[in-house]
Amino acid sequence: MIVEFGHFALILALLVAVAQVVVPAIGAHLKDERMMRVADPAAVSQLFLIAIAFCALTHAYVTSDFSVLNVAENSHSTKPLIYKLAGVWGNHEGSMLLWVLILALFGAAVALFGNNLPLTLKARVLSVQASIAVAFLLFSLLTSNPFTRLDPAPPDGRGLNPILQDPALAFHPPFLYMGYVGFSIAFSFAIAALIEGRIDAAWARWVRPWTLAAWMFLTIGIAMGSWWAYYELGWGGWWFWDPVENASFMPWLAGTALLHSALVMEKREALKIWTVLLAILTFSLSLMGTFIVRSGVLTSVHSFAVDPARGVFILAILILFTGGGLALFALRSKDMQAGGLFQPISREGSLVLNNLLLVTGAATVLVGTLYPMALEGLTGEKISVGPPFFNMTFGPLMIPLLVALPIGPMLAWKRGDFAGAMQRLAFAFGAALVALVAVFAAEYRGPWLAPFGVALGVYVMAGAVVEWANRVKFGSAKSDEIIRRARNLPRSAYGTFFAHFGIGMLVVGIVATSAYREEHIQAMKPGDQITVNGYNVTFVGLEQARGPNYVEDIADFNVKRGGETVARLTPSKRLYDAPPQTTTESGILAAWRGDLYLVIGDAQPNGGYAVRAYFNPLVRFIWLGALIMFIGGGISLSDRRLRVGAPSRSRQPVAVPAE
Amino acid sequence: MRRSMIATLLTAWALFAAAPMAHAVQPGEMLADPALEQRARNISAELRCLVCQNQSIDDSDAPLAGDLRRLVRERLEANDSDQQVLDYVVARYGEFVLLNPRFELSTILLWLTPVLVLLGGLVLVVRNAGKNGAASPSTPLTDQEKAKLKSILTDERR
Repeated sequence: MIVEFGHFALILALLVAVAQVVVPAIGAHLKDERMMRVADPAAVSQLFLIAIAFCALTHAYVTSDFSVLNVAENSHSTKPLIYKLAGVWGNHEGSMLLWVLILALFGAAVALFGNNLPLTLKARVLSVQASIAVAFLLFSLLTSNPFTRLDPAPPDGRGLNPILQDPALAFHPPFLYMGYVGFSIAFSFAIAALIEGRIDAAWARWVRPWTLAAWMFLTIGIAMGSWWAYYELGWGGWWFWDPVENASFMPWLAGTALLHSALVMEKREALKIWTVLLAILTFSLSLMGTFIVRSGVLTSVHSFAVDPARGVFILAILILFTGGGLALFALRSKDMQAGGLFQPISREGSLVLNNLLLVTGAATVLVGTLYPMALEGLTGEKISVGPPFFNMTFGPLMIPLLVALPIGPMLAWKRGDFAGAMQRLAFAFGAALVALVAVFAAEYRGPWLAPFGVALGVYVMAGAVVEWANRVKFGSAKSDEIIRRARNLPRSAYGTFFAHFGIGMLVVGIVATSAYREEHIQAMKPGDQITVNGYNVTFVGLEQARGPNYVEDIADFNVKRGGETVARLTPSKRLYDAPPQTTTESGILAAWRGDLYLVIGDAQPNGGYAVRAYFNPLVRFIWLGALIMFIGGGISLSDRRLRVGAPSRSRQPVAVPAE
Repeated sequence: MRRSMIATLLTAWALFAAAPMAHAVQPGEMLADPALEQRARNISAELRCLVCQNQSIDDSDAPLAGDLRRLVRERLEANDSDQQVLDYVVARYGEFVLLNPRFELSTILLWLTPVLVLLGGLVLVVRNAGKNGAASPSTPLTDQEKAKLKSILTDERR
């Protein structure tokens, strides 16, 4: 009954969404205020209805109602509660429901918090937003209905893929979708602005918080996925250039570019047309990502759906919104006024470079991801495009971006002083040089390019510090003046600091762990020892144990450093009951300087077990860097000047507040 | 025919796929000479596991990947150069096996995209910078906005 109620709510949500597309759009055209105001309650009730549907499905999962096909196929009665919950979106139908839920969440947020938006703009934004909802609700109801019943109901379900039964992965999709889908707001704003036919700095100010929120969630979502892959897939890799990873990475790159171009637009009214285009492209890449993951067109590790009807439907959605958006852009952008002027060496100039490199990066990833499929479709020729290709093409694009990153904020708007910027960055160059020498001294055996990579990361980190120090006049002002300035610095400046510092850390982590990873693969019998980067690792033994829904072989390793036991690591191999699959659980000893990473393998023909032991230097910097970027985004978002709905106010205190 | 083959492959994949790919290179496979073994590892990272999704033979524990790893090591022990090993594997399994596709007529767009987008973008930036000189600054306010501005300004004065 509850399931049918959910199904009904979802159908109702579709009808509400249709009304939300039509009525406010006509209202905005006729300048009819009452019709425009329909958008707000429609957006809120759409959210309410989809939330009911989502809760109904969740209820079916929690109570293990196997008369629902979706639950029977993806859940199991013995599964721990958290994975019953995560199971709701751990499959195609449920994840599409989550998709529309988050879409509606963002729409309702605009309706509730966008009080300072001009009425027509708001009505149009919500109308466009609802049109996306209509498309995906139709997709859900027609091709991917999560509420289909199964008769007779099986006694138990088939279970959730065991490698997905993991805390980090349980919450990876919601964060990722918050990012993906969040860019829909930027898209809706862009389309609404094109329909209105005018666009200004205020537009950028309204769009930026939404873009920033989406970017934050996408950042942390991608980082969680990478972290999960690191400890769960069992060979210590953290990024595989898998099509599904690329699907989330492309909107991230474009969204990062969008954040920066919107900044230029807000402050200087420049890059207006470009920013609108970028907003369309960013969400198009999100749709492309949805297409790649959900259509099963590129079969990859993560892909669940292998049904052409769905693929064609999502492709149609993709073409409709991307094509429609670009066509509208082509029609209307000519009439828009280009904004502020600037010299090549200026803050704007550096942000144009940022956009150019990020967009080229996104294009490279896009073409690399789709090329094999396109080529096979056109000529029948089969090729593979894998990590070596992306490392070779995408990597070099990021180097000039990182070099320019600390310089940009040092340049003034309109016309910058390059020599002065270089001077002020002296500390950053110094820090990079120290890092370069130190890494060369520590790892003189090579590879010889890696120290430069580490130095580049350190330079970016130090550059972020220099920018902050400059803004508070560190070194030139008195200490109480510095404290006062540090307090008065807008939160968005701290946001920038954290985000840029985080990128630097990420680079250091990536380079260090890629270049200086230590690996040992050998057969070990109980009592055998190996030495891994100063750790003395002894294989104590192996025993069997029973978990809630699996049996596992747990290996026991005693880890000593300098003669003292520092940890006991217990990597294991699990065999799940339903579905019967094996997974590996790695044993990790985390430390600042790097992770000791142990994996237990199969029994060897001549006795003992295959053991893989790694030392991954500074690998934590990768996720820590991403976390710091996420925090930076949050700090920036809390800036009252950016806060949704907060009117911009002059920073000068009002002179006489008297009556 | 082709369709059913794909279907078989997909089912086969579904059976393997979830089993994670933990123990790719087995201790017994490794070459005694560390330099030669390192070369084998580097080559393995460039070769695709043919029955897996987007995994190199170095990362995969599928039996076929193991066969390929042994093949690579055999060729290296027979004094092949890295390129000769790759050529040998491609001759047997086709271009599909290379994770880094060769620069050829069919992959020319793939390889040139980064360059083309970057150059195209640069050209656009430069052209726009020239055009911007003539643009007038901002759109005039509508009457409604003027009224709003006035009310805000009077509010502020009070």
